[in-house]
Amino acid sequence: MAEVSLRKVVKRYDDVEAVRGIDLDIADHEFVVLVGPSGCGKSTTLRMIAGLEDISDGDISIGGDVVNDVPPKDRDIAMVFQNYALYPHMTVAENMSFGLRLKHYPKAEIKSRVAEAARMLDIADLIDRKPKQLSGGQRQRVAMGRAIVRNPKVFLFDEPLSNLDAKLRVQMRIEIKKVHQKVRTTTVYVTHDQVEAMTLADRVVVMNKGRIEQIGTPTELYHNPATRFVAGFIGSPAMNFVPCRLEEADGRLHMRLTDRIAFPLPPARAARYQSVSRNEPLLLGIRPEHITETRPHAEPGIETFEAMLDVTEPMGMETLVYFSLNDTPVCGRVNPNAGARDGSPLRMAMDLNNMHLLNEATGLVI
Amino acid sequence: MSTMTVDKAGPTRNVKYGSMSRDRAWALRWSYFFLVLFAIFSLVPPFYMLITSLKGSAEISAATNPWWVFHPTLENYVALLSSNQFLRFFFNSAMVSIIVVIITMLISIPAAFALSRMKFWGSATLATGVFLTYLIPDSLLFIPLFKMFALIGDVTGIQLINRWYVLLFIYPTLTVPFCTWIMIGYFASIPKELDEAAIIDGASWLQTLTRIFIPVALPGLIAATIFAFTVSWAQFLYPLVFTTSADQLVLPVGIVTTLIKGDVFNWGQIMTGALLGAAPPLIIYAFLMDYYIAGLTAGATKG
Amino acid sequence: MVDAAIGETSVPRPRKAAGRSGLRKALKRKSTSAFLMTLPLILLIALLVIYPAFYSVHLATLNKSMQRFVGFGNFEFLFKRDTFWLVVKQSCIFAISAVLFKALIGFIVAHFVHNIPAKGQRKWRGMLLVPWVIPPAMSTLAWLWLFDPSYSAFNYTLSFFGIGPIPWTGDAAWARFSVILVNVWYGAPFFMIMYLAALKSVPDQLYEAAAIDGANWWQRIWYVTLPMMRNIIAITTLFSLIVTFANFDIVRILTAGGPLDKTHIFATWAFRVGIEGSDIPLGASVSLFMVPILAVAAIFILRDVNKRGNES
Repeated sequence: MAEVSLRKVVKRYDDVEAVRGIDLDIADHEFVVLVGPSGCGKSTTLRMIAGLEDISDGDISIGGDVVNDVPPKDRDIAMVFQNYALYPHMTVAENMSFGLRLKHYPKAEIKSRVAEAARMLDIADLIDRKPKQLSGGQRQRVAMGRAIVRNPKVFLFDEPLSNLDAKLRVQMRIEIKKVHQKVRTTTVYVTHDQVEAMTLADRVVVMNKGRIEQIGTPTELYHNPATRFVAGFIGSPAMNFVPCRLEEADGRLHMRLTDRIAFPLPPARAARYQSVSRNEPLLLGIRPEHITETRPHAEPGIETFEAMLDVTEPMGMETLVYFSLNDTPVCGRVNPNAGARDGSPLRMAMDLNNMHLLNEATGLVI
Repeated sequence: MSTMTVDKAGPTRNVKYGSMSRDRAWALRWSYFFLVLFAIFSLVPPFYMLITSLKGSAEISAATNPWWVFHPTLENYVALLSSNQFLRFFFNSAMVSIIVVIITMLISIPAAFALSRMKFWGSATLATGVFLTYLIPDSLLFIPLFKMFALIGDVTGIQLINRWYVLLFIYPTLTVPFCTWIMIGYFASIPKELDEAAIIDGASWLQTLTRIFIPVALPGLIAATIFAFTVSWAQFLYPLVFTTSADQLVLPVGIVTTLIKGDVFNWGQIMTGALLGAAPPLIIYAFLMDYYIAGLTAGATKG
Repeated sequence: MVDAAIGETSVPRPRKAAGRSGLRKALKRKSTSAFLMTLPLILLIALLVIYPAFYSVHLATLNKSMQRFVGFGNFEFLFKRDTFWLVVKQSCIFAISAVLFKALIGFIVAHFVHNIPAKGQRKWRGMLLVPWVIPPAMSTLAWLWLFDPSYSAFNYTLSFFGIGPIPWTGDAAWARFSVILVNVWYGAPFFMIMYLAALKSVPDQLYEAAAIDGANWWQRIWYVTLPMMRNIIAITTLFSLIVTFANFDIVRILTAGGPLDKTHIFATWAFRVGIEGSDIPLGASVSLFMVPILAVAAIFILRDVNKRGNES
């Protein structure tokens, strides 16, 4: 059990900077997920923590000790790989105990640790099988078991679920969460799947182009994204971004979307955006669930407009509708009974209480 | 007329299916026919070896049907297997082949491991060089090698020419490049995560090699071992050049030079010897065919 | 507390520097141990392959007793001898025709094996590869016995059809034919195995797609099979060209170059001149003539092997 901290960590490959100065503090017992598109440096960061890549600049410490120069085996970490990396010639038990055997643990202790981990992961009756005889989910459990028996300071997961099918992924996600609740080991988890990040993490670290975009709890990131990247990356279907401008009309601050559509901002928002320049090109950021069919009663901050639907996607409990606003494709989520049909108009409502305003040039949320 | 219209209207599909499966059946028949022909072509010489080895000298020179044994006898086998000289050939061949296999593995495996996993200056060039070396035939090197070893004898007094163990130096030039090359291929196909997992589990480089790489690449290792053994066993030119005394000869050269005395061919014994000489590779092949074929195709399909 | 604060800010600096150099040292150690692991291989190749190759060039410039430098004397001597040109011609005929037939037969047989139901393929493949497994020196003895002038089992059989007796190894033309025949017998299975592996790697969907596009059997081979196997055909052919061109065992045992040097190829003639004739420089010169064609083949192989590497 230990905290992990990264100080201005940089990774350079020849002239390419894969990781460009990362500062991150992970508390003891914490479950932190690094998320971002491929090539954002999240895996490289994890591998630097593991010691599989050397650090070009900066410091990484585990449990208070700088480990820059400590080989992986002495860092007291365990790692679960994307393709499981089970030793194909060893049985499940041998796979799980390999690290302990190399460290010459007493046989009895190895046996009891393996048995305990196997019980925890529900693989006790597979213990004498070879990896080839296991299903994807079972292999995943063995890979986790291999990490657990070591009882390390830190668990590192490198996209562990991306080789599983969608259904199994959900199941294993819950499994990982359960295991963490039991063993409470500090965990760093890398994924490109924002759903995994949201569901698993105590805190999510969103990375992009070798830098950290934002760190926060899943709800913080969802409701208060700091940048356009985070706003667009977290949430599915993704947040809509529509070019807009602020203008003054009737003594109130309005947001103009098109020539014909301009909405007065709710008082709280208006106060917040008062100082924004009126000529600045802006983006309205609004999640699909805040663009819905109209409600029977007018509510403050909810503005209605007419939309010409291009495509509708019935999902069962809701229907996704796609239309254009200011030449920008926009997605909304409506009640399946709202009468949304391909190519027909629908009166829509936009909840401006949950809107975000972004500076188009800097990509920062205002 | 009526049948013709019926043919045109409905059952064209039926007819088509019928002709297709008929085509198939004929293709299969022709395939088997030619395969039998080629199998006969392939197996005539070994079959004839076996037939002849069971014949006495009288039957060999008789004008009877040569394709059959009328009076089977084991006298050729008895004669050879009780001949110290022949057993000596066999022993020399076995010693050379087994030791060469060991030397080959000791050189190839660490080299392949280093070349496939630890990039260092010149490693890519070296890997290519290894492959090129494999393409250099024995008939290009036997003369300079012979002269080199003769010179070593002249200069240092260590006489290696006409000693069976000189072959232990020479044969690895044939086996090591290929074995290294296919082991590089096998090692490279092991996912990188596997050694990373081993490193995190606390394994040293040596432990990674012996406890992960060698067991995982065992099929490749077996294929390479078979290759090294069969090449050493079958090699003819080098022992012909380097060894001359009867007690230093290996099997192929021994049979050719001692059983053929001038113009006198003792065909019963020659065929018996040839069959016994072909036996070890054939037995290995019979039991480990898949590994044998994997090694054969690895050279071009790997890397 | 003050001490601790100073420690936190100032100590990591030198430690980091040390760490960095330590890491570099570790990397260096890793590459040193990698070098050590390849050292036996490097020594073997350097001392027993590359050195003798160059030594061979040196030897070729000496006179018979190896005491005098004669420059291109041996080559000039060779160019004036009819036997040398005979050997050049025969080596080329031998290599090209043998490789051609090996490739053709291998291709055809591989197709037949591929055609039959999968469960029987192993058995047939096993039988058809036997010629490649038997040491060529041993199997050539069997051929020699089959070709025996007085007791040839072939001639016995052919006599029932009113053919023969054929002087398999006695007549120049027939001896050349026999040598090529034995080489084809020995080498065709290798092609068969390589082609079979390549055939198996062509996805079935391609044939199905071609069939749906209306391709007949011949078009499927021409437009699907051959292009997909192009690389492996090239590599196998070039590889076989090297092995066949440099072949020694078969000719040596079957005809020993006779009758009247009409079946000598580079390897056997170099042996005859260099080892049996004790003219090592001349033997070295003869074998050096193999280098150009081997080098060309090797370059093409390397190109194709690298191409395969890049594709995968």
